[in-house]
Amino acid sequence: MRLIGCLLLLSGFFLVLSALVMFPAPLMRFPFVGAGLGVEVIGVGLLTRANTLMQKEQK
Amino acid sequence: MNLLLCLLCIMLIPLAAAGLALIHQGLGRSRSAAHAMLGALCALGIAAIVFAMIGFSWAGFAGGAAHSFAAGSVRWDWLGAGQFFPNGFGADAMDVASYRKSLTLCLEMFAAGLAATIPLSGGSDRWRLAPACIASAMLAGFLFPLFAHWVWAAGWLAQLGANFGISGFVDAGGAGVVQVVGGLMAVSVVWISGPRRGKFAADGMPAAIPGHNIVQVLFGCILALVGWIGLDSASSILFYGAGPEKVVWIVINAMLSASAGCLAALVVTRARYKKPDASISANGWIAGLVAGSAACAFVTPVAAVDTGIVAGVLVTYMIEIAELRLQADDPGGAVSVHAGAGLWGLIAVGLFGHFADGTRAGHLLAQFVGVAALLGFMLPLIYCANLLLNRVMPYRVDNDGDWQGMDVRELGAGAYPEFVVHADEFVPR
Repeated sequence: MRLIGCLLLLSGFFLVLSALVMFPAPLMRFPFVGAGLGVEVIGVGLLTRANTLMQKEQK
Repeated sequence: MNLLLCLLCIMLIPLAAAGLALIHQGLGRSRSAAHAMLGALCALGIAAIVFAMIGFSWAGFAGGAAHSFAAGSVRWDWLGAGQFFPNGFGADAMDVASYRKSLTLCLEMFAAGLAATIPLSGGSDRWRLAPACIASAMLAGFLFPLFAHWVWAAGWLAQLGANFGISGFVDAGGAGVVQVVGGLMAVSVVWISGPRRGKFAADGMPAAIPGHNIVQVLFGCILALVGWIGLDSASSILFYGAGPEKVVWIVINAMLSASAGCLAALVVTRARYKKPDASISANGWIAGLVAGSAACAFVTPVAAVDTGIVAGVLVTYMIEIAELRLQADDPGGAVSVHAGAGLWGLIAVGLFGHFADGTRAGHLLAQFVGVAALLGFMLPLIYCANLLLNRVMPYRVDNDGDWQGMDVRELGAGAYPEFVVHADEFVPR
């Protein structure tokens, strides 16, 4: 789960970068940058969840 | 004149680290107070040595040598390529370029130390001194210089305007470079070291472990203000060309955003818990400083107040969500204050900033790209680096140390030897 969380974070980052490179029009960039940030938020959520579960297992 | 003013402002920055150290140890338990202060001193010292010897060559400076690659018809400047072990390039006082390089090294050395003190708060009462020192070296040697190069040394984030026709990413006072990077390090430490024993019951309900010296916490806030004024002013002069007339407004904005953050947290806690909470109000003050620092040279005082209010309210809820919902034990609230408020501050630049060039949409987009770089690249990098270090040197103190306190366990003596120790403090709950 931690690995998937980290990969999602990186995917979101590369989505943002590709939005910059691929779309010259600012109007097109905003939704893609927003989508990239959304993927990153899911990645952060997954990492948080993984660490919470790990703490419970250690108890 | 500007560079002399910059040097004077840089000399105030250690007070920010002193303030944070006082806040961290005050919000921790009395049995770990000396350990917390020594940890902060070690983090500052190690960060200074490692950054000056190695980190600065990777952080670089605008116009200096850099590693870059071409992709998508754009040149991506991603890491400095200066010489290791600088041998003093400011000997000739008349050479302004050399003097600027020396000032950059001096400012970033203190900034790296400040960033290194932030995760100590997240690992308070359980993070061992030796891995904390190595983690500080890791932060100052590579992690901090990497992002500092992107933003403060004409790296790819600063060049977004030239390369993509939007605007450059702006972080005048180090909300991203210093605070969010330190805050992400704190997140990793909190995740890896786990909660303190007795913090969470079997059903996940958190127990209140109040800070042991709220007076020092509040005094730390005042000290931090002075240091923050120095950091905001110095970096605005050095990296964004602010003149003395702008520095006055930077000082005013810093005070306003800190005050607004503190008062917002005070009002929210008063409304929700019937009485104002001193420790959360102190966190609101620091959150205001953190959030306000990103745009300190580019916003009106009204916008600085707005930024501070949002930061103060945000921190109040983030601290509660982290503890109640996510079961993250962050004794000093470092994650919420530095990472949370720092990210908000970066977005606030795009919302409230006044710039001579570029559109508001362009600035907002650039700030979002910076936030994405912090969350999407720096967080996994920092987290994986800490996971690896934890494999080599376990972060968490053993079970006995958890109950004895870090002072006795690691230093052999308590911070307050003449205090009466309550026996039940050493009984596992």
